Amino acid sequence: MAAIVTTGLVKVFGSTRAVDGIDLEVARGSVYGLLGPNGAGKTTTIRMLTTLLRPDGGTARVLGHDVVEEAALVRAKVSLTGQFASVDEDLTGRENLILLGRLLGFSWRDARRRATELLDAFELEDAAGRQVRTYSGGMRRRLDIAASLIATSELVFLDEPTTGLDPRSRNQVWDIVREIAAGGTTVLLTTQYLEEADRLAERLAVIDHGRVIAEGTSRELKAAVGVSTLHVRVHPPSQRETAVAVLAPVLGDGVTAGNDPGTLVATVANAGAAGDALRALDAAGVQVVEFTLGQPSLDEVFLALTGRSGATASGTEMGR
Amino acid sequence: MTDAEPTTRAGAAASGPEMRTVFAGTRPATPPSALSASLTLGWRALLKIKHVPFQLFDVTVTPLMFTLLFTFLFGGALAGSPREYIQYLLPGIMVQTVMFITVYTGVGLNTDVSKGLFDRFRSLPIWQPAPIVGALLGDVLRYSIAALVVLGVGVALGFRPAAGWAGVVLGMALVLVFAFSVSWIWIVASFLVETAESVMTASFIVIFPLTFVSNIFVDPATMPGWVRALVQVNPVTHLTNAMRAFMHGGGDAWPSVLWVLVASAVIVAVFSPLALWLYRRER
Repeated sequence: MAAIVTTGLVKVFGSTRAVDGIDLEVARGSVYGLLGPNGAGKTTTIRMLTTLLRPDGGTARVLGHDVVEEAALVRAKVSLTGQFASVDEDLTGRENLILLGRLLGFSWRDARRRATELLDAFELEDAAGRQVRTYSGGMRRRLDIAASLIATSELVFLDEPTTGLDPRSRNQVWDIVREIAAGGTTVLLTTQYLEEADRLAERLAVIDHGRVIAEGTSRELKAAVGVSTLHVRVHPPSQRETAVAVLAPVLGDGVTAGNDPGTLVATVANAGAAGDALRALDAAGVQVVEFTLGQPSLDEVFLALTGRSGATASGTEMGR
Repeated sequence: MTDAEPTTRAGAAASGPEMRTVFAGTRPATPPSALSASLTLGWRALLKIKHVPFQLFDVTVTPLMFTLLFTFLFGGALAGSPREYIQYLLPGIMVQTVMFITVYTGVGLNTDVSKGLFDRFRSLPIWQPAPIVGALLGDVLRYSIAALVVLGVGVALGFRPAAGWAGVVLGMALVLVFAFSVSWIWIVASFLVETAESVMTASFIVIFPLTFVSNIFVDPATMPGWVRALVQVNPVTHLTNAMRAFMHGGGDAWPSVLWVLVASAVIVAVFSPLALWLYRRER
C-alpha cells in the first residue's frame, strides 16, 4: 500500500486555485520531493495531507486513512515540520521537546529521556538549556526537525527544510533527512532547489500553479531537462541567430534565445557536448565572449519541462 | 555571541548508526487525555512566565499604579481621605485591574497562531481545545497575581476587610470566575484579527466602558438616569457589589453572585463554541 495517494486534490482560496487537481502516489519507505517555486501549491498540499486544511475537491489517503474522515488517525501517525520553525521561542530547546513529548502521550520520565536523546543526536546538548530565541537559524531548524521525531512516525512531512539556511546547516539537514529515510520512514519534502530534490528524493513531482507538470525519478527528470545548462554570449549580438542555427544540429532542439540580446541558453547532456558546441561556433566564425556551463536553475527546469509539455508555466512566471 | 553555532564540532550532525537508534523510538499507545494535554500546556504557560518574567510587569505594575492613583486622586474628594476611600475602592479596583489583564490571553494566543506554533499543536493527536485551555490555566495564575498585588497595596494603604479574610478569598474567587469567562471574548478576537496589537485595541473599546460605567469608583446615585440604567445591567457592577458584600458584610452578596455567575455562563456559552470553531477553522 502506498504511503500517500491523492486524486484530483483541489484547494481554492477566494479566486485562486492554490491546488488545482493534484494526483500523487508516494511509495512507503521512500523520500519523495515536491519541487516548485513559491506559491506553486506545495505548502497547501502538505497542509491538506496533514489534516490542517480541508480539501475543496478530490481525495487524499495518508497511510490508508482519509484525511477528512479519519483525520485523528492520520494525525496519530504522521509528523510535520512546517516552513517556519514552529517551536516556542520563549522556552528552552529541552522544554520544547519535553512539551511535545508529553502531548504525544509520553510520561514525564520518558519525555525527558527522549528529549535528551534527540538533543544529543542533533548536537544541541550545549544549547539545551537556552531559550530558543537565542538559537541560530540552523539550530532552530534542527530542533524543529527533532521535535517531529520525538515519536516514531511512519511518515514525516518536511516543508522546505533548508530554505534560508547557510550551506553548512543545509548539509546537516540533508544528513538528517537521509538518516530518517534509512530507518524506513517515508519522507515527503518540499523544496525550491533542484539540487536538494536531486540529492535527497528518489522520486519527484514538479508543481506549478497547483498542478503536477512532471513526475518521475530524479534521473528521468534530468534526462528531460538536461544535465546542465550552457549560457553563451556572442558578439556582435546580431550573430545570435547564426549561433542558434549552428548549435541546433549539435545540441538538438534545446537551444533558445536568452533574455539579453546576444545570449542564448541550451541544455546539454554532458560536458563533451559543450566542447562540441564551442568547436562548432568557432568553425562557423561566431565570436564567443562568454561561455558557461552550470546546473540548470529551477527556472530552466520549468522552461524545459513546460516547453515540452505545452503547459502554461514559463520561466518568466517563476519569480513570483 | 549567542547566535553563533558551537564551532568546536566539525562536520554534520551525529553519526549514522547513533542517529538511527534515536529514530527507532516508540509512539505511546494512547494519546494523552484531555486533562493531561491541558495541564501540560498549562505547564508551558508557567515556563513562559519563568523565562519571560517581564510578562509579569503588566500584572504587577498595572494593579500597583491603578490602586495608588485612584486612591490618592479621588480619595480626599470622594470619601474625605484616601484611607477611607480604599475601603470602598479596593473590591472594585481589583475587578478593573483583572479585567484589563484578561486581554493578554488573546494577545498570547494571537502570537502563537502567527508563529505557526498552533499548526504543530493542531497536527498532534491531542484534544483539540487543549492549547486554549492550557493558556487559560496559565492566565488564571496571572489574574491571581494581579488580584494579590491589588490586595497587598490596599492593605498597605489601610484596607481592612470588615467581614474578615474569608470574604476576601470568596470575592477573589468570584473575580477569577468572571475573568475566565471574559477571556473567551479575547480568544475569539485573537482568531479574528491579524496582529496582537489589534487585539489590544479592540479590548480597550470594550474594557474601558465596561469598568468605568459601573459602581467601581463612585456610588451611581449621582449619575444621570440613563447612565444609571447602564450601570445596573453591567455585570461588573454586580461583581463589585458581591465583592463589597463579601469583604465588608452589610447586604446580601448572593443575588449579585448569581447575577455574575449567570453572566459568566452566558459569555462562555456564546464565546467558547465560537472560539473553538474559529480555532478549528482552517487558516
